[in-house]
Amino acid sequence: MKFRGKIVDVACLNHFSRVITTISKLTKMCVLRMTPVHLFFVLSGKVANGGVSMWCELLQANFFDEYQMEGVSAEDNEICLEVTPENLSRALKTVQNAVAVKVKLTKKHCPCLTIAAELPTLSSISRVVTHDVPVDVIPRKLWYEFKEPSMPDFDVSIYLPPLKTMKNVVDRMKNLSNFLVIEANLNGEMNLKIETDLVSVTTHFKDLGNPPWGGDASQDSESQSRDPEAMAEARVDIRRLQQFLMGQQVNPSKAMCNIVHQRVVHLILLHEDVSLQYFIPAVA
Amino acid sequence: MPLSTQLQGDDEQYVLVASLDNARNISNILKAIAFKDHAIFNATPNGLRVTVEDSKCLQANAFIQAEIFQEFTIREDLVGFQVNLTVLLDCLNIFGGTTVPGVSTALRMCYKGYGYPLTLFLEEGGVVTVCKINTEEPEEPIDFEFCSTNVINKVILQSESLKEPFSEMDMTSEVLQITMSPSPPYFRLSTFGMAGNAHYDYPKDSDVMELFRCTKTQTNRYKISLLKPSTKALALSCKVSVRTDSRGFLSLQYLVRNDDGQICFVEYYCCPDEEVE
Repeated sequence: MKFRGKIVDVACLNHFSRVITTISKLTKMCVLRMTPVHLFFVLSGKVANGGVSMWCELLQANFFDEYQMEGVSAEDNEICLEVTPENLSRALKTVQNAVAVKVKLTKKHCPCLTIAAELPTLSSISRVVTHDVPVDVIPRKLWYEFKEPSMPDFDVSIYLPPLKTMKNVVDRMKNLSNFLVIEANLNGEMNLKIETDLVSVTTHFKDLGNPPWGGDASQDSESQSRDPEAMAEARVDIRRLQQFLMGQQVNPSKAMCNIVHQRVVHLILLHEDVSLQYFIPAVA
Repeated sequence: MPLSTQLQGDDEQYVLVASLDNARNISNILKAIAFKDHAIFNATPNGLRVTVEDSKCLQANAFIQAEIFQEFTIREDLVGFQVNLTVLLDCLNIFGGTTVPGVSTALRMCYKGYGYPLTLFLEEGGVVTVCKINTEEPEEPIDFEFCSTNVINKVILQSESLKEPFSEMDMTSEVLQITMSPSPPYFRLSTFGMAGNAHYDYPKDSDVMELFRCTKTQTNRYKISLLKPSTKALALSCKVSVRTDSRGFLSLQYLVRNDDGQICFVEYYCCPDEEVE
């Protein structure tokens, strides 16, 4: 098992560290899966983390100038590590002005992702800062847990309003209630609702637009037969939604939400080479 | 679609309708009295009076005149109800309470009468939020019987000059002692804390002293924990009037200028802590 990569471009480095920071806001621990083409950050929906799951996909070629890896075996050419994104994020933040950053899988006192940054220097002596971020290697027999989640058979898919606006609203609602109902229809309307003994609040967004999802025939026919005014709704833990909205740092070019009525909210952020999916289970 | 046209039809059933182009004009002034959850609202054709009390020793009132609102319709002489102020403030700031110029939250506040919720319609950038805040039986605010004819001493100061003593006030002191006198030290704020005593003196001819009308030497103590919430009003205000009456009751009146340059008042009444010989 071997991995080494090198980031030279400042923009790539910034972008990479923003992605990791976003992930660190969403979860304390996650799994980093490395294949010859992709990097995946995965959180599988366990009860311990509130049933939330996450799937973040990056094309390595868009970040790394050099990327060499050798998986556990020729047929399973992958590396699967458990990482604390917060630690990676902190290491990357301190090396933002580096000339080059090398990321390596090393064996020190424990397995580590070693981040070695070459900092700019005026003299001929080079300055290198090294961070060792401890990781856990996940054995082959547990990999099945970290496969890409299938697209749920949603009732409604809708584009999200500007995340900043949505974040403001959700932050205030969090002060008032622990649970929030998110509902949307095929007419481009989405409502966020809370209700407590003291107050009920509903925020109405309209003209959001519904993504076409033309490829999938079965979903297409179903959504065409659906009443455009009919709302699909899910009641979720506000904290989960709040965490997702902190992911604004990625400046997504598209943000979407799929709702399976009373089952799950599936949120997607797309930003050129990065896609982030987040699943929040509905609560009764 | 602007809120005003959208909801015109429903207006007849409301006893109180108040609209504002900028919700910050009301949320800011309510923040100045937000030290307890329960707020008593009393609306008259002159405007809105919001009262918050603590321990029957402290009362804060915010006055928002009818002219501050773009629309203020009231169908009874007096409409009273009580709501949770913290909830109301969260609702008023649902869009984040932005201070970006040119962006503001429009507000329409409606109340149907006894037993109905207070309904807020808020709009910013085409997004509409509807809040229904449950109302409670209004309590009768305490009458502190603070009457201007019984005022012994009065000074009006620029708020700026009080911000420092209030923000740096020694919180280990249990009381704030206010001395007002026609002779030196004229106007003195004192604390008695663990690290020692501190006095702030304001000469009567100081630039920050806009009015000085003290007839008799008076020294009164007020619980610092009770006065601390008034710092919020101080921070927002441009002038403050400090008055004490013959019983040693304290009245603090703050003149607050809102985003649109209009003037509102916030008033704090506080009972003295004990007699000082």
